[in-house]
Amino acid sequence: MRSAAARADQPYYEPPASHAPGPQEQPEPVVAPIAVEAAPPPPRKPPPFFLRRSFWGALFSTNLGKSRSRIRFIALLFSALFCVFVGRLAYLGMTPNQPSARREAAEAVSAARPDLTDRNGEVLATDVKVMSVFAEPRSIVDKDEAVEQLTAILPDLNASDLRERLGKKKGFVWVKREVTPAQQHQIFRLGLPGVGFLPEHKRVYPNGRLGAHIVGFTNADNNGLQGVEKFLDDQGLGALRASGLVVQHDLRPVALSLDMRATHAVRDELAAAMDRFHAKAAGAAILDVNTGEVVAAASLPDYDPNDPRDAQGADNFNRLTYGVFEMGSTFKALTLAMALDSGRFNLNSSISGQAPLHIGRNVIHDSHNHNRMLTLPEVFKFSSNVGTARLALTLGPDYQKAFLKKMGQLDRMRTELPESREPMQPRQAHWSQVSSATIAFGHGLAVAPLQAMMAVGALVNGGYLVTPTFLKRPADFDKTAQPRVIRAETSEALRYIMRLNAEAGTARKANIPGYFVGGKTGTAEKVFHGRYDHSKLFTTFMAVVPADQPRYLFLTVMDEPQRLPGEPYATAAYNSGYVTGRLIERISPLLGLQPRIELPAQPFPLLARMGYGFVNQPAKSGGED
Amino acid sequence: MVSRAERSPVADWWWTVDRWLLAAVGALIVCGLVLIMAGSPPVAERIGLPTFHFVNRQVELLAPSVALMIACSFLQPRHLRRGALVLYVVAMAGIFAALLFGHEVKGAKRWIFGVQPSEFLKPAFVILAAWAFSEGARRHDVPGNLLAIALLPVTIVPLVLQPDFGQTLLVCLVWGALLVMAGLHWLWFPALGGVGVVGAGLAYKFAPHVRARIQNFLNPGEGGGQADTFQVETAHDAFVSGGWFGKGPGEGTFKQILPDSHTDFIFAVTGEEFGLIFCMALVGLFAFIVLRSLIKASSNEDPFCRFATAGLAMLFGIQASINIAVNLHLMPAKGMTLPFISYGGSSLLSLGISMGFLIAVTRKRPRSEILFDHRGPPEGQAA
Repeated sequence: MRSAAARADQPYYEPPASHAPGPQEQPEPVVAPIAVEAAPPPPRKPPPFFLRRSFWGALFSTNLGKSRSRIRFIALLFSALFCVFVGRLAYLGMTPNQPSARREAAEAVSAARPDLTDRNGEVLATDVKVMSVFAEPRSIVDKDEAVEQLTAILPDLNASDLRERLGKKKGFVWVKREVTPAQQHQIFRLGLPGVGFLPEHKRVYPNGRLGAHIVGFTNADNNGLQGVEKFLDDQGLGALRASGLVVQHDLRPVALSLDMRATHAVRDELAAAMDRFHAKAAGAAILDVNTGEVVAAASLPDYDPNDPRDAQGADNFNRLTYGVFEMGSTFKALTLAMALDSGRFNLNSSISGQAPLHIGRNVIHDSHNHNRMLTLPEVFKFSSNVGTARLALTLGPDYQKAFLKKMGQLDRMRTELPESREPMQPRQAHWSQVSSATIAFGHGLAVAPLQAMMAVGALVNGGYLVTPTFLKRPADFDKTAQPRVIRAETSEALRYIMRLNAEAGTARKANIPGYFVGGKTGTAEKVFHGRYDHSKLFTTFMAVVPADQPRYLFLTVMDEPQRLPGEPYATAAYNSGYVTGRLIERISPLLGLQPRIELPAQPFPLLARMGYGFVNQPAKSGGED
Repeated sequence: MVSRAERSPVADWWWTVDRWLLAAVGALIVCGLVLIMAGSPPVAERIGLPTFHFVNRQVELLAPSVALMIACSFLQPRHLRRGALVLYVVAMAGIFAALLFGHEVKGAKRWIFGVQPSEFLKPAFVILAAWAFSEGARRHDVPGNLLAIALLPVTIVPLVLQPDFGQTLLVCLVWGALLVMAGLHWLWFPALGGVGVVGAGLAYKFAPHVRARIQNFLNPGEGGGQADTFQVETAHDAFVSGGWFGKGPGEGTFKQILPDSHTDFIFAVTGEEFGLIFCMALVGLFAFIVLRSLIKASSNEDPFCRFATAGLAMLFGIQASINIAVNLHLMPAKGMTLPFISYGGSSLLSLGISMGFLIAVTRKRPRSEILFDHRGPPEGQAA
């Protein structure tokens, strides 16, 4: 078609013969099926091409005949482009996975962490922005000059060490972390190329030692090393950081279950008591039995999380979750609950208090012998070892083991705190009679104190096993969604006998008027060289406040408290019980518990309906330790 | 199966359509679905939407898009030209409506009623340009070339007003390539190149963000500061960390901080999660579609179909190439989506139309029909 058009045009401008070696415009064979070739040219000198109309015609028109070859040319360009892409991808594949200088820096910078607060929003841990000095050795012109000037401003830097670091072929090295604003300004004024500043986050714990074991601490790179700080890293914060993704915003504060005021009071009382009784170590905690929240906790000796070196001390471990101890007579509450819940015993049942009890070659003693039949409340009130041992033996070791398993005493308890330990228990699959008998009164099985609290909490809260937590639970937390481990009646019976024990038994020291306290002492002899040592005691005390409608469970443990002059013993009642009494008196108001002038008239309605009218009568005094 | 013996529109379609092209587009759509699942959740979570918001939207729009593609592929060239003309007018009206009434998003007025009309302008423009060039080269009684030359400013002025330099660049490149293809005298090439250089120079001079991006590309780390090289550097790290075989679907971490991981930088996310070999295969798929279309175009006897095929293939190929090149840090950052892979409702529908057009113009047609189409009775010219 083009040729047709050309033919139509040509005669006006130029004879067709002059067409010979025209440099450009040979009309190619084209789409049109009717292409006609021009006649052979007679030899005649053609004018220069720019004088020819055909040239200008071709210049200002387009030519379909060229389109095929040009499309192929464009296809060739595209092929080349795609080859470049594949080549570039292959090149990226050969590139070693080396982080860029900026990512290296981002990884080195201590990352942001969420604030930690107590349950009322008081800050326990927060980030403070500080500036750190870094260098890009590749961009530093005169290394010696840089070293000289930097060390003049930062005198505590080791000059030869710095020179060596700047000599490395790296894109990024730290010069000094956390410099003061004045130092930063001076270094800035040096105008050294390749030296810069990066904002970093320094973790600060404004409350120092308070709640230190729970909050934990971080290292210079702001990685959590202990406590909830480590927990947060394990929850994914750490993984994000490991891949170089520094999350700067969107970090909502994490509310812990702790109440700062209560925690302060606990630590204060505990420190005073440790001093008073010359104990090696001590721990105390307050557990909300309905939600499992630990509202206060202290473990002594403790550390200042602002000083990580202090925190690494071997003796500073968390005695509430990481230490495992034989809990002594507080375990009798579990044995009593097992007996009552089995259906084979009730509050009126009796068991022989005949002491000592011989099992094979082993002999079990009581501190005070009552060589008669004891009712179950009496077994608890007198803290009778032989009575509880006989209860366990009646039900059998397998039953006991299954019950303790159900109560979470035979497995490692996992809370948010990474510091936890496996309980120590007899290795046999089937416990022997003597193991069973001693475990019944808290020897031969070592658990973390908080783990024992979880079980006793279930005994008093109506029978629900709520795993303790160090994070604030939502307000609508429903304990009835948790596994039920004992019947509601058994739970009420336990509250009754703990209340009885506080009124007229071994727990009288903690019976703070107005709070309707229920409690249980526990004194375990510590094992040295495979034998129980009578002079080295581990004392525990658990108290439930108030016993009719339990809210809080108080626990105090003391490691090797000494007998005070003028007191008969160094057993639990005289130290741990004393401390717990002071804690209840001081902290209950803080936690919103008001002392009641009149004691509740019907504290145990379920039991009264079952025919145990006596439980609602005030008990007569007369217990022993 | 569709019988060859019966002549029905569906049978005609099935036996004349380029099934390889159809299969490649289908494969690309499937890849797109998988990759949007990798690329979009972090973005959705970052802006507080349900995790699979973008995936759901993409799937919802895929059905109409595929339907549009199939429907368009049934069109005869003359109907296609009319359709493109209508689409062009409607899209142009949409662009002006967006300019007047649209809300400004990231400094540009491109959206009206949640639709980006400039996306629909592109395929319509290519068809009209192909039509004008083919007519201009074929007959002298229609001022086709003048029309084709006039079409460019008419199309790009509204795009520049938005401003949308990406689409402008795309439209200019396709138009220029069509002009070259139409058999432009080679003496014009330097002039064409000169216009390109001058245009780029003007953009460099008068559009600050264009200048910043080019400077950043040439001298990374200087002047612009950290934020400006962030995307490309992160994309680079994503490819490198993925390695040959990738980290596995959902295992990518760089997508968490890559701002446009569901649109402009989805190729980098692909690299991290599915590996470089998969990326090469994806490049291969794009190359297959583009090169096969171009080869089909060069052997097509109908000038209009030849230009339209080449134009649509180039539109598709240039867009994909710019996106891939930016992801691979081979050119300055330029917001351009990866066809069928990136998230984008308007883009997906427009691609459906584009591919429908492409399949329509690559259909096998009897030579008699081609001749009839162009030199039949005078009213046939109307097309």
